[in-house]
Amino acid sequence: MLMMKLDKIDELFALISEKQTLYIPADTNDGSAAYTKWNNGVKLSSALNTLRSAKDFFFPQTENLVDFKMEGKNIEVVDVREESENFVVFGVRACDARSFTILDKVYLCEPVDSYYKTRRDHGTVITMACTKPAETCFCSVFGIDATEPEGDVACSSDGTNLFFKVNTEKGKEFVNSISSILTDGDASELEAINEKTKSILEQLPLAALSTASFGGDKLDKLFDSEKWAELSESCIGCGTCTFVCPTCQCYDIKDFDTGHGVKRYRCWDSCMYSDFTKMAHGNPRLTQLERFRQRFMHKLVYFPANNDGEFGCVGCGRCLSKCPISMNIVKVMKALEDK
Amino acid sequence: MQKAMIEKAKQLLEDKTVGRVIGWKQGEFAYDSTPAVFKSVEEIEENFVFNDFTASNVSKYLIKESKNIFGTLVFLKPCDTYSFNQLVKEHRIIKENVHVVGIECNGKLDIEKIKAKGISGIKSIKNENGVLQIETVYGNETLNFEDALAERCLSCKSKKHVIYDELIGEDGELLDSNRFDMVEELEKMTAEERYIFWREQLSKCIRCNACRNVCPACSCEKCVFDNDNSGVANKAPVNSFEENMFHIIRAFHVAGRCTDCGECSRVCPQNIPLHLLNRKFIKDINELYGEYQAGADTESRAPLTDYTQEDCEPAVVHERGAE
Repeated sequence: MLMMKLDKIDELFALISEKQTLYIPADTNDGSAAYTKWNNGVKLSSALNTLRSAKDFFFPQTENLVDFKMEGKNIEVVDVREESENFVVFGVRACDARSFTILDKVYLCEPVDSYYKTRRDHGTVITMACTKPAETCFCSVFGIDATEPEGDVACSSDGTNLFFKVNTEKGKEFVNSISSILTDGDASELEAINEKTKSILEQLPLAALSTASFGGDKLDKLFDSEKWAELSESCIGCGTCTFVCPTCQCYDIKDFDTGHGVKRYRCWDSCMYSDFTKMAHGNPRLTQLERFRQRFMHKLVYFPANNDGEFGCVGCGRCLSKCPISMNIVKVMKALEDK
Repeated sequence: MQKAMIEKAKQLLEDKTVGRVIGWKQGEFAYDSTPAVFKSVEEIEENFVFNDFTASNVSKYLIKESKNIFGTLVFLKPCDTYSFNQLVKEHRIIKENVHVVGIECNGKLDIEKIKAKGISGIKSIKNENGVLQIETVYGNETLNFEDALAERCLSCKSKKHVIYDELIGEDGELLDSNRFDMVEELEKMTAEERYIFWREQLSKCIRCNACRNVCPACSCEKCVFDNDNSGVANKAPVNSFEENMFHIIRAFHVAGRCTDCGECSRVCPQNIPLHLLNRKFIKDINELYGEYQAGADTESRAPLTDYTQEDCEPAVVHERGAE
C-alpha cells in the first residue's frame, strides 16, 4: 500500500501546496479545530473533527450569485463567478465525506447547481480514518465505516505511518502528484488498528440507535405524532443545529441594494427561522413545532423518500454538542421510534 | 438536591398549586439535559433531572408559560432569579402565575472544558466529594470539580436569590466577583489592539442567533434583524461589518437590562466571548451612573431610562474615547 512516514507530514503539505491550495484541520486559539489554509507552520490538529463541518468548501455560507448594474433604463447583468482554482481538503472524516455524497444528490441532479458543481470539480477530498471516536458519534447507524472513509483518497494511520488508498480518478491524479514522497509499504498492522476502532464504535452509547422506524414510507405516522409538541417545546428557534450540520442544504436568495444596482447572493437558511420558506401568501409553517418537525422529517423521511432510502444525517454529532438546549436528532429518533 | 426538587414538584402538582413544572429532562449522556415543561407527577418521576450540568437559564420560558393560568413552578438558580426578576420588571412575566423555588447553586460544569482535557467517549460522570469520576470507553479519568467549572461560574456575582416563593437549600450572599477583570484588560489595550481583538472574535460569527434567542433580555416579539420591513433584516454574515454591527447593536439594546447571566457565551457555537460586550456596558453604567445591577429588584428606575442631575454629560463619549 502507498505510504509515508507520519513525521514527514509537513513535507507532504508543502509538496501539495506547491501546486494547489491546501486546507487542513488546525487548532484554533479557542481550543477547537477549523479548516485552515496551509502555509508553513500550520500544524495538523489532533482533534477528532472540526467545529464547523467541511460543507463550506462546496456550499459556502454566503455566496454572490450575480450582480445587476443599473444605469438609466439599462440593466447590465454581471456574472460574478471567478474561475475556481484547484484545491485539496485534507483530513476529512468519514461522516463529512458522506455528507458530500448527500449534498451531491441535491445539487448535482437536474437542474445542476453550477456554483456547487464548479467547486466540486475543482476540489480533491483526502479523508482520514478515525481511531478515537467520541460518545456523540453515531455514523455507523447510517452505514458509514469510520475506518474506511469515502473521498478521492482515504488515509489511515498506524501512529508512525500514513497510508493512502485511492478511491477515484481524481485521487489517482493526486497520488501521482505526490509520488516523490510515497513508498510502497506494509499495511498489515492497519487491520488490527481498524478492528480496535470498530470495537470502540460498538461500545459507544449511541451505537444501538436504530433507523428502522424511519424512512420515506413512514410519513403519515411520524408527521402526525403527538410527540413533536413535547420535543419542540423548549427549542429556542436558533439556527445552530442547521449551521453546524454537514448535510443541511437549504438556502435563501436575497438581493442587496448597492444604491446603483443589486448584488444577488445566497446564504444558508435554517428551517428553525420564522421566515423560512416565507412566500407571497405568508409562511407555511407558523409555529416552532412545525419548523422543528420540518428539520427532522426532512432528514428522516423526505430525504430518504427522494433518494433511495438514504437518510439525510451522517451521525457526526455536531448538533449533539452544540444545541443550546441539547435537543437533537438522536433524542427525536428515540422519542419517535416504535417501541 | 434533585430528590428534594422532585418531592417539591410532585407536592405542588398534587395539591394543584401549579399545573406545570419547568425543569430539566435527562439526556442521552451525563451532561446533555434539556429544559422541559412537566405536566404530571408521572413525567416528573420518569425524567426530571438536576445535576452539575443543568446549567441553562430557564427564566425566559416564563414569558410564555406565565400566561398559563394553571400556575407554573420554576426552579431558579441565583443567577437565573436576576433574569426572572428583570422580566417581571419589564412586565414580560406575570409573576402571579409563577411559583418560584430558588435552588442553591455551587456552580455548573462545562462539558467542553472536560473534553478539552482530551477526555472522550464519556459513558458516565459522577461527582464524588468534588472529584469527578469519569467513565469512558477509553478508560477511567478523574478531574477536579473546579477544573471543569463553567467560565461564568468562576466569576459568579451572587449566590443570593433576588426573588423566590420558597427555597431549597441555603440562600447565599453577593460575591466579590472578578467579572470585570477581562473588561479591564480590554480597556488597557489601544483602540487598534481592541479593534483587532473584536474583529477576530466577531468574524467567527455564523449568525445562528443562538445568543439572541437564548438571551432573557432579548424578548422582542419580532427582532429588527428578522423583520424584512426594517431594512436591516439579515440571516447571513454577508461581510465582517454586518457581523460586528449585529453584536454591538444587540449589546446596546440590552444595556441596562442585561443581568450578566452569561447564557450568550455559553451557547455560542463559535466560542465568541459575547458576555464581554455586555460586561463593558455594565461596568460603564456602574462608573458613569452609579452601581446598578439589572434584575436585583423590580422597583428601581434603571439608569439609562432615568434622569438625575448627577448623570454624566454627553461629552463623556469624547473624553473617554480619546486615545
